[in-house]
Amino acid sequence: MSLLELKQVGYQVGETPILQGIDLTIDAGEWVTLSGPSGGGKSTLVRIIASLLTRTSGDLRFAGQSIDDYDPIAYRRRVSYSFQQPTLFGETVRDNLQFPYQIRQFPFDQQRAVAALEYVGLTASDLDKAVVDLSGGQRQRVALLRNVMIYPEVLILDEVTAGLDAENKAFVWSMIRHFNGDDGITVIAITHDQTEIAAAQRLVTLVNGRIVAGGAQ
Amino acid sequence: MNLTVNNQSLLLALGLVMIALAIGWHEKLGIDRDMIVGVVRAVIQLFVVGYLLKYIFRVNNVWLTATLILIIIFNAGYNAKQRSNGIPHALPISVGAILISTAVTLGVLMAAGAIAFIPSQMIPIAGMIASNSMVAIGLCYRNLNTQFKQERQAVLEKLALGADLKDASREIVRASIKTGMQPTIDSAKTMGIVSLPGMMSGLIFAGVDPVRAIKYQIMVIFMLTSATSIGSVLACYWAYREFYNERKQLVGPLN
Repeated sequence: MSLLELKQVGYQVGETPILQGIDLTIDAGEWVTLSGPSGGGKSTLVRIIASLLTRTSGDLRFAGQSIDDYDPIAYRRRVSYSFQQPTLFGETVRDNLQFPYQIRQFPFDQQRAVAALEYVGLTASDLDKAVVDLSGGQRQRVALLRNVMIYPEVLILDEVTAGLDAENKAFVWSMIRHFNGDDGITVIAITHDQTEIAAAQRLVTLVNGRIVAGGAQ
Repeated sequence: MNLTVNNQSLLLALGLVMIALAIGWHEKLGIDRDMIVGVVRAVIQLFVVGYLLKYIFRVNNVWLTATLILIIIFNAGYNAKQRSNGIPHALPISVGAILISTAVTLGVLMAAGAIAFIPSQMIPIAGMIASNSMVAIGLCYRNLNTQFKQERQAVLEKLALGADLKDASREIVRASIKTGMQPTIDSAKTMGIVSLPGMMSGLIFAGVDPVRAIKYQIMVIFMLTSATSIGSVLACYWAYREFYNERKQLVGPLN
């Protein structure tokens, strides 16, 4: 059984179709790269998968159950979405890494937070660093950590390396490889980067709201 | 000496409106018509309400008093709704918030023995509470609309991380409640230094000892602080959910 199953999923705004007849199945632990020209519907598709938008037609199943049967909040804790140019919350790095614990009313695991910061090249003292003092690359690393402080089953990445320099890009991709390879998180990543597209394990191409390649396994 | 305002002195005071009209005309502000309509409406409305209140005070009937208070609350709610810029269910939210803030505040004042359930006390006080609550709620709505637009990305990210609606909106709701209460707090700070507010001025005008008059004014400050805080909290907590759909997704900008 696939983890995510999309059957004839469509989305339209008024009379304008944004997505049409999307058939896509994704297995647990897979890494799917989504590409295609801008305006092709990639972000809309992943936002539907992340339950931030609701499809206007078709069927979307997660772990064998219709997405409509899940409580959206509980679902989003399992299928986590990371934005291009993320907004960091509050004042400090701590506010951000604490957020996933706060919303679940769990005690903050500071040890894990420090280990995570060290893993991404920051230090324990950076936990109380003001978010405004972080570089672009550091912001993206902290934002990604926020998504995985409590492991989701699926991590959706919407052009998370766009705007980063080569070094930061490579670092962020190594983070994602770790989440996918070592932690078994299913990854769905949108990218326009040719190197990332060339290295894709499975490439799905979306043009004008339709999948033109890679939909069927 | 107690001053009396008679029809003749009112006519002479109309000269003040003429000054405003002359300024408007000279500066080509284009507000002459609005000003005349505004002044005429105010005069008619006040005359009508004056005679109405005279009748109600004389009749002194509990049900009639309660009905008039409910009408005041509904009108205040309707006006607050007009400032909601399309927030769904703004009318019941506004009326509910003003009703509760007015009822609680009036109840406490009555329990404390500060006022009695007689029309000449209940109606003016209810009007003051409801109108301040109305302004506070209007400000809350404006802030909710602005913040949900400005902070859209942050709210989406919080939702994407699995935050519930309350967690995703917490900062916006807090900021909006603060915005609603701010004018009351600001005016309390400058009271007596900058402004000698309406109720106190009215009592002093009517010949009441200023030391007694300030006691009434202090009561007004207390009741308005309570009313605007209750109104703002209720309206914000009821209204923020309207920015989301049943699938707990942030809906597009409402305007």
